[in-house]
Parts: sequence; C-alpha cells; structure tokens
Amino acid sequence: MFRNQYDTDVTTWSPAGRLFQVEYAMEAVKQGSAAIGLRSKTHVVLACVNKANSELSSHQKKIFKVDDHIGVAIAGLTADGRVLSRYMRNECINYSYTYESPLPVGRLVVQLADKAQVCTQRSWKRPYGVGLLVGGLDESGAHLYYNCPSGNYFEYQAFAIGSRSQAAKTYLERKFENFMGSSREELIKDALIATRESLQGEKLRSSVCTVAVVGVGEPFHILDQETVQKLIDEFEIVREDEPPAEPQPPAEQDAPADQGTGADQGAAAASPDVAPMDI
Amino acid sequence: MDHPSAETQRTLYPYVTGSSVVALKYKDGILMAADTGGSYGSTLRYKSIERLKPIGKHSLLGASGEISDFQEILRYLDELILYDNMWDDGNSLGPKEVHNYLTRIMYNRRNKFNPLWNSLILGGVKNGQKYLGMVSMIGVNFEDNHVATGLGNHLARPILRDEWHENLTFEEGVQLLEKCMRVLLYRDRSAVNKIQISKITEEGATVFPPFSLKTYWEFSAFKNPTIGAEGSW
Repeated sequence: MFRNQYDTDVTTWSPAGRLFQVEYAMEAVKQGSAAIGLRSKTHVVLACVNKANSELSSHQKKIFKVDDHIGVAIAGLTADGRVLSRYMRNECINYSYTYESPLPVGRLVVQLADKAQVCTQRSWKRPYGVGLLVGGLDESGAHLYYNCPSGNYFEYQAFAIGSRSQAAKTYLERKFENFMGSSREELIKDALIATRESLQGEKLRSSVCTVAVVGVGEPFHILDQETVQKLIDEFEIVREDEPPAEPQPPAEQDAPADQGTGADQGAAAASPDVAPMDI
Repeated sequence: MDHPSAETQRTLYPYVTGSSVVALKYKDGILMAADTGGSYGSTLRYKSIERLKPIGKHSLLGASGEISDFQEILRYLDELILYDNMWDDGNSLGPKEVHNYLTRIMYNRRNKFNPLWNSLILGGVKNGQKYLGMVSMIGVNFEDNHVATGLGNHLARPILRDEWHENLTFEEGVQLLEKCMRVLLYRDRSAVNKIQISKITEEGATVFPPFSLKTYWEFSAFKNPTIGAEGSW
C-alpha cells in the first residue's frame, strides 16, 4: 500500500471507507516471524518460528501461558504482545479469584478484541501491532482464535500468521478437515510440518521453533527443546510430502503412551523402535 | 448543611429476618427447604415470604437473616446472570461460580464493617455435577453434602449426619427435610408452620407451593417440660 493523505491518524477515514493506520498495523503482523495454531476436539497446539537477531542473542519469546487452560502465540510487535498477554493473564486470574473457575476462552478473546477496538477509535492512541493466536479450553471443547489489531476476532480450525505464513496455511488447508479427530501426537506433527513449510527450505530444528500444547487434562505448557527435536526427528525420517497418518511404527505407538499425560510426554515419545538418527 | 456521617451508614442489626434454611444433595440434584416467615424481632410479622429462589439455569439460593439484604443479593445476582446471558456464547455460570461470587460479596462487605446480614445456601447441578455450599455474613464458606443455616446447624445437621446417604430418592429426601423442619418448628421460636421445598436438577429448578407440617403436641415431655429440671418452677 502507498502513502496517501488519509493515513496520518487512526481516526481518519479514507473515501473508500478504510482506516489506513489499522491496515498498517496489520502489516506489522505480516512482518513478524510466523506463528501457527491448530486444534482438535480436545487439544490445541501452538507453534512458532523463533529467529534470533544474531547468533549471540537469545530468541524472542512469542508464546505465552495465560492460564492453565489458555495460551497465546503472537506475531508482530512482541512488546505489544507482551502487554496484551499481561492483560489476558490479569483477566484470567481475576475471573478465577471471583468465580473459582477458569475464564472461558471465548469471553477472553472478546475482551481482547474490544480492547483492540478502542485503539482504533481514539486519536491519542495507536492500534496494537500484534496478531494473537489464542488457544484454549472451555466447557464446549478446544478453541483456537485469531485476534487482529483491527479488533476483529475469528475462530479457526487451524491458522498461521506472520511472514511466510501462506506456505503454512496452504499445508493446513489441505489437512484441516481431519484435525477435529486428530490425536495429540498427530496434531503436534501437523504443527511441526506447517512450521517447516514456513521456513521455506531451511532445516527444521528445535532451536528455531517453539511448540506449546494445551488439552483436556493437560495444562498449557511449552514443550522443551529435547522433546521437540525428538518429534522432528521422527517425522523427518519419512519423505517430505508424506501425510503424518502413514503407518510408521513410531507414530502409532506414541498415541497410547501419551494419552492425557502432562509433563513427561517427552520421555514417552522416545519410542524404542525409532532408528537412532545421527544428529 | 451537615450530611449523614459514615458511621450511621452501616448495618448494625437486622430487622425483618427469616429463620433456618436446610438443604441436602440427593440422587438427581439438590433439595432445599425453608419456612415462609419473616419475623420483626419477636413478632411473626410476615407469613408468606419466599426465601428460596432459582438463579439462572443451574442454581438455587436460600437465605436466612435480613430479608431486605436477601432482596439486595437477588438484585446483584440478577445483574450477574443477565450479563452472563448477554454473552450468548454457550458458556454459563454454574453453582460453583455463583457460590464463589457470593462469597466475595459477603466477605468484602464484612471487611467494610457493613455486612449483608444473611446466611446463604447455594445449591445446583451442572453437567451432572451436584454442588451445595453455604456462605455466612462474615464470608465463611464451605461445601458439603448437606448444609443448614442458623438454628438448623444445631437441630437439623445432627439428623442429617445420621440419616443422609448418597443417592437418596426424591421422596426420601423430602421426608428427611420434613423431619428436620418439624424439629425446627417445635424448637425454633421464629419458625412458622408454612414450609416451602424446592429442588434443582439438571433439567431445572422447581419451587413447590407452601404446605404445613403435621404437628403433635401431646408428647408427655411437652406436658411437664421442667419436671426433671432442678431449680425450676
């Protein structure tokens, strides 16, 4: 988009009915590194590409735990994302304190969206330059939402945001119809493959990506590097384009062992039948 | 002009009060009972006050203590349920949530030395889970299989401790409640013989029309009540 005379502040409409500042904020999301989310009936998986500025620095944290049952992955201005995560954590904790019950995700995203909308209608504010993939559980099951700087929010079966997210989205579009019935492992595998798509040829290693899971009986947590690397190794043995539902021994036997367990899925995933790969 | 000082703006004592409420969990949900009297000190002034009210789809509230404070609480809960319904999103506040909300209200008022002078019983069923809890005017709250307020704690709970068991049928539950209410009728001077029972199940809440308990006053112990007491006349 090009500079024009209607884009100076957020409270100016263009003759075509657009708010350019809001659209520019959405551009900021597209420039951030990719974040991907997918959900089944009982689980939500969030994954993101973690690019450090240089070899000397650490990665930016892009996935935040909001509550035991909600997590968020961000793309765009991470500072804005942190601030919104703090708001979300606050809302969750206040709700829990008053009602001794977890805040339904659907309500949290509406509050978040209304907060973003305010910034699109005040001359002394600017829109948040961050897109949020909110994944969480409530009474009606697992949900994945995308919150936009514009104040819009949508529920998704699977989605990707950030730079080169189109490649991930294309992969997800092919596979999403089966997600509802996917097992936890299949879902994580699909998330990793989608992340690999966004890397556009670069090798997928656990040092460049972060994966987090939340599910029924499983509080939101970020998987540690070792676990992620093991999962990556399992499916990279197979050809690039093969669907993860292939009858490979490693995939199959993970399912019963991992069902519903929390922190030690790392150990369980180390199936004895995987040919040790030279790393 | 001088304006009223903060001192005189807090609750000091109750005026129109309701007596005990008793409740228990049974097979399909919760059963709750209370009489319909409102006492003005020692006068049994109001004889038809409903002290058991359904809250939203999943809960039932019973209150003893100051009736005007109970009405105030009903207004708070009305607003709470209204906003909950306005989300229109398939989520709804269950009995646990309402109970905790009430606990917060009661405790916060107590901290300001301006309590809502009530003992509340909150029962309900949601997604097959039965819930029964109590909150007092100072914010003490707990859950149990059977609860009571006021004198009910001393007269009804012992009966319930002996005779309550898991999976009571509706008839058994009502019988047990009637037994408790009868004892309260005999022994609590602020009780009136017009009882209401209400139940809440997964399907919803029902508040039954008031009825009277049959009483028997010909017990020999009633005839000469002080015959065994020393120093009495």
